[in-house]
Amino acid sequence: MRVTQLSVADYRNYRGAHLSFQPGPNLLLGRNGQGKTNIAEAIGYFATLSSHRVSGDHALIRQGEDAAVVRMRVAHEEREVLLELQINRSGSNRAQINRGASKPRDLPRYFSSILFAPEDLSIVRGDPSLRRRFMDERIVADSPRMMTVMADYDRVVKQRNTLLKSARTSGTKANQLSTLDVWDDRLVELGSEIMDARTRLIHELGPPVAAAYHHIANDDHSPRMTIIRSTETVLAGVALSEAELGEIAVGAPPDISMATDRGGDHPHTMQKFRAALRAIRPKEIERAITLVGPHRDDLFLELNNLPVKGYASHGESWSYALALRLGSADRMRAHSTTGDPVLILDDVFAELDLRRRERLLAAIRSYEQVIVTAAVAEDVPEGFTWNTIYIHGGAVRPDFSDQHSTSERTPDVE
Amino acid sequence: MYEGIIQDLIDEFGRLPGIGPKSAQRITFHIVQSQSADVTRLAELLATVRERVRFCTQCGNVSEQELCSICRDARRDAGLICVVEEPKDVVAIERTRQFRGLYHVLGGAISPIDGVGPDDLNITQLMRRLADTEVREVILATDPNLEGEATATYLTRLLKTLEVPVSRLASGLPVGGDLEFADEITLGRAFEGRLTVS
Repeated sequence: MRVTQLSVADYRNYRGAHLSFQPGPNLLLGRNGQGKTNIAEAIGYFATLSSHRVSGDHALIRQGEDAAVVRMRVAHEEREVLLELQINRSGSNRAQINRGASKPRDLPRYFSSILFAPEDLSIVRGDPSLRRRFMDERIVADSPRMMTVMADYDRVVKQRNTLLKSARTSGTKANQLSTLDVWDDRLVELGSEIMDARTRLIHELGPPVAAAYHHIANDDHSPRMTIIRSTETVLAGVALSEAELGEIAVGAPPDISMATDRGGDHPHTMQKFRAALRAIRPKEIERAITLVGPHRDDLFLELNNLPVKGYASHGESWSYALALRLGSADRMRAHSTTGDPVLILDDVFAELDLRRRERLLAAIRSYEQVIVTAAVAEDVPEGFTWNTIYIHGGAVRPDFSDQHSTSERTPDVE
Repeated sequence: MYEGIIQDLIDEFGRLPGIGPKSAQRITFHIVQSQSADVTRLAELLATVRERVRFCTQCGNVSEQELCSICRDARRDAGLICVVEEPKDVVAIERTRQFRGLYHVLGGAISPIDGVGPDDLNITQLMRRLADTEVREVILATDPNLEGEATATYLTRLLKTLEVPVSRLASGLPVGGDLEFADEITLGRAFEGRLTVS
């Protein structure tokens, strides 16, 4: 699939702008702070319903305005669809699909993209929460329904934490905690679904990510991804006896799911979750917080049997981060019925050395459409015919093609 | 901003559920400009409604007497109790004209974030009621959201000790709708709760 047109109004630093894209490679060129990334962000928003830079939507609305409007025309083979999104300062966002009223959460069905950004390095090097976000974003892209499951799960955790806190302050533990079991049921049910979805995702992502890493680094460092489940960590800590596990198995409710592709081993995940909750309950009451569940899990990344965090070089870490995105794109492409996802590379080339740039470009050139942002044309490898769009001061400038070859290196202001 | 009492009234209306600042302003000016008899009647009603309306001692529904009109009605089947969150849920179920049993209004749902625990709900009254009378079935009709489900689960566990049959309202496809337009959660639930027809 590909983006053919994009227009924005009162969005970020744009009062209004209209951009046309071509199949194949597109380049958004402009100095820092002019609004290239904002365009990349707007396109990516349709696929994930969130910005890759900020968690709230308010920053997307032009200062002093009540709403931002983004319209995007997407084409797949001969079919075109017009997606429209209104981001409101107060009230919920609104969406239109082919001029018909719709819900924002329906938008990702019509558009898929994979966005590479300098922030991706922190997936590899940063907090576990960033790796969880990476996985959850892919899960929601596969199955939008999971967005509700995740939101419900977060709410259960919040309810449960509040309950634990109030039990601690009021002191009437036995009485207050009678409802804890009720929340545990929901926690286990929703949490296990998220855990299994992540396991299935990482299982599927393994081979494409390894292939992508090999492609970018031009070396075999046998990258490996393993999910570290907090439930397993807790259970390993208390060394639960087999007899106890057996007892839990009897008490577990039958799996009434109609879905056969839930992946993982759903009843097993739920049993372990229940057991872990039981084992850690005294500690949870003491600390008044939910200590086990998918919100405490991590994705463990390895190269040559060593953890990436703390062991891998800067270049290796970058290769891994790119491989995670590229692997995701390859997996999506293999499953897609509506063509390739659109690849968006936001200021990524500037971060890479020449060899990695060229290998990355070689890996993505077969994609139907690639949209790249760069501050200077020199950052972008040669040997490509780019459809270049010039961005300056929150507006699209008409083609002044001679200028991009003169190096306009300015101090970073972003 | 208006001055003095006008702004006070606007603020007061604005605190009511479902009324924003603009509606509050509209209502206030409607009152200021309307016939004095109408406003007096409204003021009297507001004052007396708090005095006269109580909660039914049996089911917790709103009532002007000791027992609400449903609990007083001898034609209703006392062997069936439908447990709901709010009095307005009673009205909704009554509209169906299908349920001829009695109700029990909890007065909310378990939600620690809002500071509502089982002790804040009409649960002890429900237990007493079930112990005192012959009940054939308890129907749990709490909202199909996270808090409503949690409340239903809590009650299910509690009622297990009494050996009363407990059922839960089904959730699934809306009548008169199209299957293709149902969201995945609802459709998934409809699959889980599917009925055997032969």
